[in-house]
Amino acid sequence: MFKKLPEPGAATLSLYLDGQPVEAEPGETVAAVLLRQPTLASRTTPVNESPRAPFCMMGVCFDCLAIVDGVASVQSCLVTVQEGMRIERQLGRRRLAS
Amino acid sequence: MATDYDVIVIGAGMVGAAVAYGLSGPTRRVLMLDGADTDHRAAKANFGLVWAHGKGFGHPDYHRLSIQAAQAWPDFVQQLEAEGGMGVSYERNGGLHFCMSDAELATRAARMDAWHGQTPDLATSTLVLDRGELRRRFPSMALGKDVAGATLGTLDGHVNPLRLLAAMQTAFVRRGGELRNNHAVSAINALPGGGFEVASGERKVRGARVLIAAGLGAAALGPMVGLESHLHPQKGQLLVTERLAPVMPVPASGLRQTAEGTVMIGVTHEDAGYDLATTTEGAVRMARKALRILPALAQVKLVRQWACLRVMTPDGYPVYARSVTHPGASIALCHSGVTLAAFHAGDFAKAFAADALPPALNIFHYERFHVQKAA
Repeated sequence: MFKKLPEPGAATLSLYLDGQPVEAEPGETVAAVLLRQPTLASRTTPVNESPRAPFCMMGVCFDCLAIVDGVASVQSCLVTVQEGMRIERQLGRRRLAS
Repeated sequence: MATDYDVIVIGAGMVGAAVAYGLSGPTRRVLMLDGADTDHRAAKANFGLVWAHGKGFGHPDYHRLSIQAAQAWPDFVQQLEAEGGMGVSYERNGGLHFCMSDAELATRAARMDAWHGQTPDLATSTLVLDRGELRRRFPSMALGKDVAGATLGTLDGHVNPLRLLAAMQTAFVRRGGELRNNHAVSAINALPGGGFEVASGERKVRGARVLIAAGLGAAALGPMVGLESHLHPQKGQLLVTERLAPVMPVPASGLRQTAEGTVMIGVTHEDAGYDLATTTEGAVRMARKALRILPALAQVKLVRQWACLRVMTPDGYPVYARSVTHPGASIALCHSGVTLAAFHAGDFAKAFAADALPPALNIFHYERFHVQKAA
Protein backbone atom coordinates (compact mmCIF):
# COMPACT_ATOMS: atom_id res chain seq x y z
CA MET A 1 0.00 0.00 0.00
CA PHE A 2 2.67 2.50 1.05
CA LYS A 3 5.97 2.91 -0.76
CA LYS A 4 9.07 4.51 0.62
CA LEU A 5 10.42 7.45 -1.33
CA PRO A 6 13.99 6.75 -2.42
CA GLU A 7 16.62 8.57 -0.43
CA PRO A 8 19.91 8.65 -2.29
CA GLY A 9 22.81 7.18 -0.43
CA ALA A 10 20.76 5.76 2.45
CA ALA A 11 22.20 2.65 4.02
CA THR A 12 20.12 -0.51 4.17
CA LEU A 13 19.40 -2.58 7.25
CA SER A 14 18.13 -6.16 7.22
CA LEU A 15 15.32 -7.13 9.56
CA TYR A 16 13.08 -10.15 9.81
CA LEU A 17 9.31 -9.99 9.69
CA ASP A 18 7.69 -13.26 10.71
CA GLY A 19 11.01 -14.89 9.83
CA GLN A 20 11.28 -13.39 6.34
CA PRO A 21 14.01 -10.84 5.56
CA VAL A 22 12.83 -7.29 4.89
CA GLU A 23 14.80 -4.13 4.24
CA ALA A 24 14.70 -0.87 6.13
CA GLU A 25 16.67 2.33 6.39
CA PRO A 26 18.32 3.67 9.54
CA GLY A 27 16.05 6.04 11.45
CA GLU A 28 12.79 4.49 10.28
CA THR A 29 10.27 3.19 12.76
CA VAL A 30 9.20 -0.44 12.81
CA ALA A 31 5.64 0.71 12.05
CA ALA A 32 6.85 2.43 8.85
CA VAL A 33 8.35 -0.87 7.70
CA LEU A 34 5.12 -2.71 8.52
CA LEU A 35 3.07 -0.24 6.48
CA ARG A 36 4.82 -1.03 3.21
CA GLN A 37 4.52 -4.80 3.37
CA PRO A 38 2.34 -6.61 0.83
CA THR A 39 0.14 -7.79 3.70
CA LEU A 40 -0.89 -4.56 5.35
CA ALA A 41 -2.42 -6.01 8.51
CA SER A 42 0.24 -6.07 11.19
CA ARG A 43 -1.88 -7.57 13.95
CA THR A 44 -5.35 -8.89 14.74
CA THR A 45 -7.43 -7.75 17.70
CA PRO A 46 -7.62 -9.88 20.87
CA VAL A 47 -11.34 -10.62 20.94
CA ASN A 48 -12.72 -10.51 17.39
CA GLU A 49 -9.39 -11.08 15.65
CA SER A 50 -10.09 -8.39 13.09
CA PRO A 51 -7.11 -6.99 11.17
CA ARG A 52 -5.32 -3.81 12.18
CA ALA A 53 -2.40 -1.76 10.86
CA PRO A 54 -0.38 1.17 12.19
CA PHE A 55 -2.60 4.23 12.30
CA CYS A 56 -1.63 7.32 14.28
CA MET A 57 2.16 6.87 14.03
CA MET A 58 2.65 8.95 17.16
CA GLY A 59 2.18 6.57 20.08
CA VAL A 60 -1.46 7.23 20.81
CA CYS A 61 -3.70 4.67 19.13
CA PHE A 62 -1.96 1.39 20.01
CA ASP A 63 -3.01 -0.11 16.69
CA CYS A 64 0.60 -0.74 15.65
CA LEU A 65 1.31 -3.26 18.42
CA ALA A 66 3.77 -5.93 17.35
CA ILE A 67 6.22 -8.42 18.80
CA VAL A 68 9.69 -6.86 18.59
CA ASP A 69 12.69 -9.03 19.48
CA GLY A 70 10.41 -11.32 21.46
CA VAL A 71 8.63 -8.59 23.41
CA ALA A 72 4.90 -8.48 22.68
CA SER A 73 2.56 -5.47 22.62
CA VAL A 74 5.31 -3.06 21.60
CA GLN A 75 4.12 0.20 20.04
CA SER A 76 6.06 -0.23 16.83
CA CYS A 77 5.64 3.41 15.79
CA LEU A 78 7.83 4.38 18.74
CA VAL A 79 10.67 1.94 17.99
CA THR A 80 13.48 2.69 15.54
CA VAL A 81 14.70 -0.18 13.39
CA GLN A 82 17.97 -1.91 14.24
CA GLU A 83 20.07 -4.28 12.16
CA GLY A 84 18.89 -7.87 12.58
CA MET A 85 15.73 -6.92 14.48
CA ARG A 86 13.08 -9.66 14.62
CA ILE A 87 9.53 -8.49 14.23
CA GLU A 88 6.45 -10.67 14.39
CA ARG A 89 2.85 -9.85 13.71
CA GLN A 90 0.85 -10.12 16.94
CA LEU A 91 -2.23 -12.20 16.23
CA GLY A 92 -5.15 -12.38 18.64
CA ARG A 93 -4.61 -12.34 22.37
CA ARG A 94 -1.11 -11.99 23.62
CA ARG A 95 0.43 -15.19 24.90
CA LEU A 96 2.70 -14.99 27.91
CA ALA A 97 5.99 -16.80 27.97
CA SER A 98 6.00 -18.95 31.09
CA MET B 1 -54.41 9.48 46.39
CA ALA B 2 -53.88 8.48 42.76
CA THR B 3 -50.37 7.53 41.91
CA ASP B 4 -48.49 7.17 38.63
CA TYR B 5 -46.58 4.10 39.74
CA ASP B 6 -46.95 1.21 42.14
CA VAL B 7 -43.28 1.33 43.03
CA ILE B 8 -40.60 3.94 42.44
CA VAL B 9 -37.10 2.53 42.78
CA ILE B 10 -34.60 5.30 43.45
CA GLY B 11 -31.27 4.18 42.07
CA ALA B 12 -30.53 2.20 38.91
CA GLY B 13 -27.26 0.64 39.98
CA MET B 14 -26.55 -2.95 40.87
CA VAL B 15 -29.11 -3.09 43.71
CA GLY B 16 -31.84 -0.88 42.27
CA ALA B 17 -31.72 -2.47 38.82
CA ALA B 18 -31.88 -6.00 40.27
CA VAL B 19 -34.88 -5.28 42.49
CA ALA B 20 -36.66 -3.26 39.79
CA TYR B 21 -36.09 -6.04 37.28
CA GLY B 22 -37.52 -8.56 39.74
CA LEU B 23 -40.55 -6.36 40.47
CA SER B 24 -41.41 -5.45 36.90
CA GLY B 25 -44.14 -7.23 35.03
CA PRO B 26 -47.47 -6.71 33.36
CA THR B 27 -49.40 -6.15 36.57
CA ARG B 28 -47.10 -3.68 38.29
CA ARG B 29 -46.13 -0.15 37.26
CA VAL B 30 -42.49 0.27 38.24
CA LEU B 31 -40.39 3.37 37.69
CA MET B 32 -36.64 3.30 38.18
CA LEU B 33 -34.87 6.62 38.58
CA ASP B 34 -31.19 6.87 37.78
CA GLY B 35 -28.99 9.69 38.99
CA ALA B 36 -26.61 11.95 37.12
CA ASP B 37 -23.74 10.57 35.05
CA THR B 38 -21.27 12.16 37.42
CA ASP B 39 -22.75 10.60 40.58
CA HIS B 40 -20.61 8.20 42.55
CA ARG B 41 -21.45 4.88 41.01
CA ALA B 42 -20.15 1.75 42.66
CA ALA B 43 -21.62 -0.18 39.73
CA LYS B 44 -19.02 1.16 37.33
CA ALA B 45 -16.16 -0.46 39.18
CA ASN B 46 -17.39 -3.82 40.39
CA PHE B 47 -14.77 -6.52 40.37
CA GLY B 48 -17.27 -9.02 38.99
CA LEU B 49 -16.96 -11.85 41.49
CA VAL B 50 -20.01 -13.88 42.41
CA TRP B 51 -18.69 -15.04 45.70
CA ALA B 52 -19.87 -16.92 48.75
CA HIS B 53 -16.80 -18.59 50.15
CA GLY B 54 -15.78 -17.17 53.50
CA LYS B 55 -18.40 -14.44 53.45
CA GLY B 56 -20.15 -13.70 56.72
CA PHE B 57 -17.49 -15.12 58.99
CA GLY B 58 -18.95 -14.56 62.45
CA HIS B 59 -22.28 -13.65 60.86
CA PRO B 60 -24.23 -16.81 59.96
CA ASP B 61 -27.14 -14.86 58.48
CA TYR B 62 -24.95 -13.10 55.96
CA HIS B 63 -23.19 -16.40 55.33
CA ARG B 64 -26.57 -17.97 54.48
CA LEU B 65 -27.62 -15.02 52.36
CA SER B 66 -24.40 -15.22 50.33
CA ILE B 67 -24.76 -18.97 49.78
CA GLN B 68 -28.40 -18.56 48.84
CA ALA B 69 -27.53 -15.83 46.33
CA ALA B 70 -24.65 -17.78 44.79
CA GLN B 71 -26.90 -20.81 44.40
CA ALA B 72 -29.59 -18.73 42.72
CA TRP B 73 -27.18 -17.39 40.09
CA PRO B 74 -27.35 -20.06 37.35
CA ASP B 75 -31.14 -19.84 37.00
CA PHE B 76 -31.05 -16.07 37.41
CA VAL B 77 -28.51 -15.69 34.61
CA GLN B 78 -30.35 -17.97 32.25
CA GLN B 79 -33.50 -15.90 32.50
CA LEU B 80 -31.68 -12.57 32.54
CA GLU B 81 -29.70 -13.29 29.38
CA ALA B 82 -32.86 -14.37 27.57
CA GLU B 83 -34.86 -11.36 28.71
CA GLY B 84 -32.03 -8.84 28.44
CA GLY B 85 -30.94 -10.14 25.05
CA MET B 86 -27.24 -10.13 25.90
CA GLY B 87 -24.63 -12.40 27.38
CA VAL B 88 -23.08 -11.50 30.74
CA SER B 89 -20.13 -13.95 30.66
CA TYR B 90 -21.10 -15.75 33.86
CA GLU B 91 -18.98 -18.75 34.77
CA ARG B 92 -19.23 -20.88 37.87
CA ASN B 93 -16.16 -23.04 37.99
CA GLY B 94 -15.16 -22.17 41.54
CA GLY B 95 -13.17 -19.33 43.08
CA LEU B 96 -9.77 -19.41 44.76
CA HIS B 97 -8.37 -17.71 47.83
CA PHE B 98 -4.60 -18.07 47.58
CA CYS B 99 -2.39 -18.65 50.61
CA MET B 100 1.25 -17.71 50.45
CA SER B 101 2.70 -19.97 53.15
CA ASP B 102 1.87 -23.28 54.80
CA ALA B 103 1.02 -21.44 58.00
CA GLU B 104 -1.36 -19.16 56.13
CA LEU B 105 -3.00 -22.13 54.45
CA ALA B 106 -3.46 -23.88 57.81
CA THR B 107 -4.99 -20.74 59.32
CA ARG B 108 -7.27 -20.35 56.32
CA ALA B 109 -8.34 -24.00 56.48
CA ALA B 110 -9.20 -23.62 60.17
CA ARG B 111 -11.14 -20.46 59.37
CA MET B 112 -13.13 -22.25 56.67
CA ASP B 113 -13.91 -25.06 59.13
CA ALA B 114 -15.20 -22.52 61.62
CA TRP B 115 -17.15 -20.81 58.85
CA HIS B 116 -18.84 -24.07 57.89
CA GLY B 117 -19.44 -24.72 61.59
CA GLN B 118 -21.68 -21.66 61.73
CA THR B 119 -24.19 -23.29 59.40
CA PRO B 120 -24.09 -27.04 60.08
CA ASP B 121 -27.27 -27.54 58.06
CA LEU B 122 -25.62 -26.34 54.84
CA ALA B 123 -23.52 -28.62 52.69
CA THR B 124 -19.79 -27.95 52.67
CA SER B 125 -18.99 -25.67 49.76
CA THR B 126 -15.24 -25.22 50.07
CA LEU B 127 -12.13 -27.33 49.61
CA VAL B 128 -8.60 -26.84 50.87
CA LEU B 129 -6.06 -27.40 48.10
CA ASP B 130 -2.37 -27.71 48.81
CA ARG B 131 0.06 -26.61 46.13
CA GLY B 132 0.21 -30.04 44.54
CA GLU B 133 -3.55 -30.38 44.38
CA LEU B 134 -3.87 -26.83 43.06
CA ARG B 135 -1.49 -27.65 40.22
CA ARG B 136 -3.25 -30.92 39.47
CA ARG B 137 -6.62 -29.20 39.17
CA PHE B 138 -5.41 -26.14 37.31
CA PRO B 139 -2.32 -27.21 35.36
CA SER B 140 -2.45 -24.18 33.07
CA MET B 141 -1.79 -21.74 35.92
CA ALA B 142 1.90 -20.81 36.22
CA LEU B 143 1.91 -20.29 39.98
CA GLY B 144 4.59 -18.34 41.79
CA LYS B 145 6.91 -20.27 44.09
CA ASP B 146 5.36 -18.74 47.21
CA VAL B 147 1.89 -20.08 46.57
CA ALA B 148 1.38 -22.73 49.23
CA GLY B 149 -2.18 -23.56 48.31
CA ALA B 150 -5.65 -22.12 48.23
CA THR B 151 -9.16 -22.62 49.42
CA LEU B 152 -11.64 -23.24 46.64
CA GLY B 153 -15.23 -22.09 46.90
CA THR B 154 -17.22 -24.43 44.70
CA LEU B 155 -20.22 -22.11 44.42
CA ASP B 156 -18.12 -19.13 43.36
CA GLY B 157 -17.83 -17.68 39.92
CA HIS B 158 -17.56 -14.43 38.04
CA VAL B 159 -19.48 -12.27 35.62
CA ASN B 160 -18.99 -9.19 33.47
CA PRO B 161 -20.47 -6.63 35.89
CA LEU B 162 -21.06 -3.92 33.29
CA ARG B 163 -23.02 -6.32 31.11
CA LEU B 164 -24.88 -7.57 34.17
CA LEU B 165 -26.06 -4.05 34.91
CA ALA B 166 -26.98 -3.37 31.27
CA ALA B 167 -28.86 -6.67 31.04
CA MET B 168 -30.87 -6.00 34.21
CA GLN B 169 -31.82 -2.50 33.06
CA THR B 170 -32.71 -3.76 29.58
CA ALA B 171 -34.74 -6.70 30.88
CA PHE B 172 -36.53 -4.35 33.27
CA VAL B 173 -37.58 -2.08 30.40
CA ARG B 174 -38.58 -5.04 28.22
CA ARG B 175 -40.83 -6.27 31.00
CA GLY B 176 -42.62 -2.96 30.91
CA GLY B 177 -40.68 -1.03 33.52
CA GLU B 178 -39.82 2.60 32.96
CA LEU B 179 -36.28 3.86 33.39
CA ARG B 180 -35.48 7.55 33.58
CA ASN B 181 -31.85 8.55 33.43
CA ASN B 182 -30.39 11.76 34.78
CA HIS B 183 -33.11 11.97 37.43
CA ALA B 184 -31.19 12.49 40.64
CA VAL B 185 -33.84 12.68 43.34
CA SER B 186 -33.94 15.90 45.32
CA ALA B 187 -36.96 15.30 47.54
CA ILE B 188 -39.32 12.56 48.66
CA ASN B 189 -42.56 13.82 50.18
CA ALA B 190 -45.25 11.71 51.80
CA LEU B 191 -48.66 12.36 50.29
CA PRO B 192 -51.75 12.73 52.46
CA GLY B 193 -53.59 9.43 52.37
CA GLY B 194 -50.52 7.42 51.45
CA GLY B 195 -47.97 7.28 48.71
CA PHE B 196 -45.07 9.53 47.88
CA GLU B 197 -44.17 12.34 45.57
CA VAL B 198 -40.63 11.95 44.31
CA ALA B 199 -39.04 15.09 42.92
CA SER B 200 -36.03 15.56 40.69
CA GLY B 201 -35.87 19.30 40.75
CA GLU B 202 -39.03 20.50 39.05
CA ARG B 203 -39.94 17.06 37.72
CA LYS B 204 -42.29 15.18 40.01
CA VAL B 205 -43.76 11.68 39.98
CA ARG B 206 -46.06 9.89 42.39
CA GLY B 207 -45.66 6.34 43.58
CA ALA B 208 -47.54 4.18 46.08
CA ARG B 209 -44.23 2.89 47.46
CA VAL B 210 -40.59 3.85 47.19
CA LEU B 211 -37.42 1.85 47.54
CA ILE B 212 -34.22 3.75 48.15
CA ALA B 213 -31.40 1.83 46.49
CA ALA B 214 -29.21 4.77 45.70
CA GLY B 215 -25.90 3.60 47.12
CA LEU B 216 -24.02 6.43 48.77
CA GLY B 217 -26.82 8.78 47.70
CA ALA B 218 -29.08 7.06 50.23
CA ALA B 219 -27.43 8.99 53.05
CA ALA B 220 -29.25 12.13 51.90
CA LEU B 221 -32.47 10.43 50.76
CA GLY B 222 -33.21 8.12 53.69
CA PRO B 223 -33.96 10.82 56.29
CA MET B 224 -36.65 12.26 53.97
CA VAL B 225 -38.79 9.22 54.79
CA GLY B 226 -37.53 8.29 58.25
CA LEU B 227 -34.83 5.85 57.16
CA GLU B 228 -31.21 5.73 58.20
CA SER B 229 -28.31 4.48 56.16
CA HIS B 230 -25.11 4.72 58.25
CA LEU B 231 -22.97 4.81 55.12
CA HIS B 232 -19.44 5.80 54.40
CA PRO B 233 -17.49 5.61 51.14
CA GLN B 234 -14.60 3.17 51.01
CA LYS B 235 -12.19 3.68 48.16
CA GLY B 236 -11.11 0.68 46.12
CA GLN B 237 -8.47 0.89 43.40
CA LEU B 238 -8.11 -1.56 40.55
CA LEU B 239 -5.60 -2.32 37.83
CA VAL B 240 -6.43 -3.92 34.51
CA THR B 241 -4.05 -5.46 32.01
CA GLU B 242 -4.09 -5.83 28.27
CA ARG B 243 -6.04 -8.79 26.87
CA LEU B 244 -4.22 -12.05 27.21
CA ALA B 245 -4.57 -15.65 26.18
CA PRO B 246 -5.92 -17.64 29.17
CA VAL B 247 -3.68 -17.47 32.24
CA MET B 248 -6.29 -18.09 34.96
CA PRO B 249 -8.97 -20.75 34.53
CA VAL B 250 -10.91 -19.62 37.61
CA PRO B 251 -11.17 -16.30 39.41
CA ALA B 252 -9.53 -15.58 42.74
CA SER B 253 -10.23 -13.00 45.40
CA GLY B 254 -8.58 -9.86 44.07
CA LEU B 255 -7.39 -11.39 40.81
CA ARG B 256 -9.39 -12.59 37.85
CA GLN B 257 -9.16 -12.91 34.10
CA THR B 258 -12.21 -11.68 32.26
CA ALA B 259 -13.90 -13.40 29.34
CA GLU B 260 -12.24 -10.88 27.00
CA GLY B 261 -8.81 -11.70 28.38
CA THR B 262 -7.92 -8.75 30.55
CA VAL B 263 -6.67 -9.51 34.04
CA MET B 264 -8.25 -7.45 36.79
CA ILE B 265 -5.98 -6.88 39.73
CA GLY B 266 -7.37 -5.58 42.97
CA VAL B 267 -8.05 -4.22 45.36
CA THR B 268 -7.41 -1.56 47.94
CA HIS B 269 -9.60 -0.68 50.91
CA GLU B 270 -9.06 2.96 51.80
CA ASP B 271 -10.90 5.46 53.91
CA ALA B 272 -10.33 8.58 51.87
CA GLY B 273 -13.73 10.23 51.92
CA TYR B 274 -15.01 10.98 48.47
CA ASP B 275 -11.52 11.20 46.98
CA LEU B 276 -11.23 9.18 43.77
CA ALA B 277 -7.52 9.64 43.11
CA THR B 278 -5.44 6.64 42.12
CA THR B 279 -2.11 6.26 43.87
CA THR B 280 1.25 4.80 42.96
CA GLU B 281 1.38 3.17 46.37
CA GLY B 282 -1.89 1.38 45.67
CA ALA B 283 -0.68 0.23 42.26
CA VAL B 284 2.56 -1.11 43.70
CA ARG B 285 0.82 -3.01 46.47
CA MET B 286 -1.69 -4.62 44.10
CA ALA B 287 0.88 -5.46 41.44
CA ARG B 288 3.26 -7.04 43.97
CA LYS B 289 0.53 -9.23 45.36
CA ALA B 290 -0.55 -10.36 41.89
CA LEU B 291 3.04 -11.10 40.82
CA ARG B 292 3.58 -13.40 43.80
CA ILE B 293 0.66 -15.47 42.54
CA LEU B 294 1.29 -15.26 38.77
CA PRO B 295 4.85 -14.05 38.11
CA ALA B 296 4.34 -14.15 34.31
CA LEU B 297 2.14 -11.07 34.69
CA ALA B 298 5.38 -9.08 35.00
CA GLN B 299 5.53 -9.16 31.19
CA VAL B 300 2.14 -7.59 30.60
CA LYS B 301 1.11 -4.03 30.01
CA LEU B 302 -1.33 -2.38 32.34
CA VAL B 303 -3.89 -0.41 30.43
CA ARG B 304 -5.77 1.29 33.23
CA GLN B 305 -5.87 2.05 36.93
CA TRP B 306 -8.96 3.50 38.51
CA ALA B 307 -10.70 4.03 41.79
CA CYS B 308 -14.29 3.87 42.86
CA LEU B 309 -16.20 4.11 46.12
CA ARG B 310 -17.75 1.15 47.87
CA VAL B 311 -21.07 1.54 49.61
CA MET B 312 -19.95 0.63 53.10
CA THR B 313 -21.78 0.26 56.39
CA PRO B 314 -20.02 0.21 59.78
CA ASP B 315 -19.96 -3.61 59.87
CA GLY B 316 -19.72 -4.14 56.13
CA TYR B 317 -23.05 -5.97 55.95
CA PRO B 318 -26.12 -4.80 54.03
CA VAL B 319 -28.92 -2.60 55.29
CA TYR B 320 -32.51 -3.58 54.54
CA ALA B 321 -35.27 -1.76 56.37
CA ARG B 322 -38.84 -0.50 56.08
CA SER B 323 -39.78 2.90 57.39
CA VAL B 324 -41.92 3.04 60.52
CA THR B 325 -42.75 6.72 60.21
CA HIS B 326 -43.40 6.54 56.44
CA PRO B 327 -45.10 3.22 55.64
CA GLY B 328 -44.39 2.23 52.07
CA ALA B 329 -40.82 3.52 52.08
CA SER B 330 -37.94 1.04 52.24
CA ILE B 331 -34.20 1.05 51.89
CA ALA B 332 -31.78 -1.52 50.46
CA LEU B 333 -28.04 -0.96 50.51
CA CYS B 334 -25.09 -3.26 50.22
CA HIS B 335 -21.53 -3.59 49.09
CA SER B 336 -21.87 -7.00 47.39
CA GLY B 337 -24.38 -5.98 44.76
CA VAL B 338 -23.11 -8.41 42.14
CA THR B 339 -23.30 -11.55 44.25
CA LEU B 340 -26.60 -10.50 45.78
CA ALA B 341 -28.16 -9.52 42.42
CA ALA B 342 -29.71 -12.97 42.05
CA PHE B 343 -31.28 -12.60 45.49
CA HIS B 344 -32.41 -9.01 44.94
CA ALA B 345 -34.08 -9.88 41.63
CA GLY B 346 -35.50 -13.08 43.08
CA ASP B 347 -36.60 -13.63 46.68
CA PHE B 348 -36.15 -10.03 47.73
CA ALA B 349 -38.30 -8.67 44.90
CA LYS B 350 -40.89 -11.39 45.52
CA ALA B 351 -41.24 -10.44 49.18
CA PHE B 352 -41.16 -6.73 48.38
CA ALA B 353 -43.97 -7.20 45.87
CA ALA B 354 -46.06 -8.58 48.73
CA ASP B 355 -45.18 -5.49 50.76
CA ALA B 356 -42.82 -7.33 53.08
CA LEU B 357 -39.13 -8.07 53.46
CA PRO B 358 -37.89 -11.64 53.62
CA PRO B 359 -37.86 -12.52 57.37
CA ALA B 360 -34.23 -13.59 57.08
CA LEU B 361 -33.39 -9.95 56.50
CA ASN B 362 -34.67 -8.68 59.87
CA ILE B 363 -31.18 -8.87 61.28
CA PHE B 364 -29.97 -6.43 58.62
CA HIS B 365 -32.02 -3.52 59.95
CA TYR B 366 -29.91 -0.44 60.67
CA GLU B 367 -31.07 -0.53 64.28
CA ARG B 368 -28.06 -2.75 64.87
CA PHE B 369 -25.89 0.36 64.65
CA HIS B 370 -27.71 2.07 67.52
CA VAL B 371 -25.61 2.02 70.65
CA GLN B 372 -28.55 1.41 72.97
CA LYS B 373 -29.60 -1.57 70.86
CA ALA B 374 -26.15 -3.08 70.96
CA ALA B 375 -25.75 -2.49 74.71
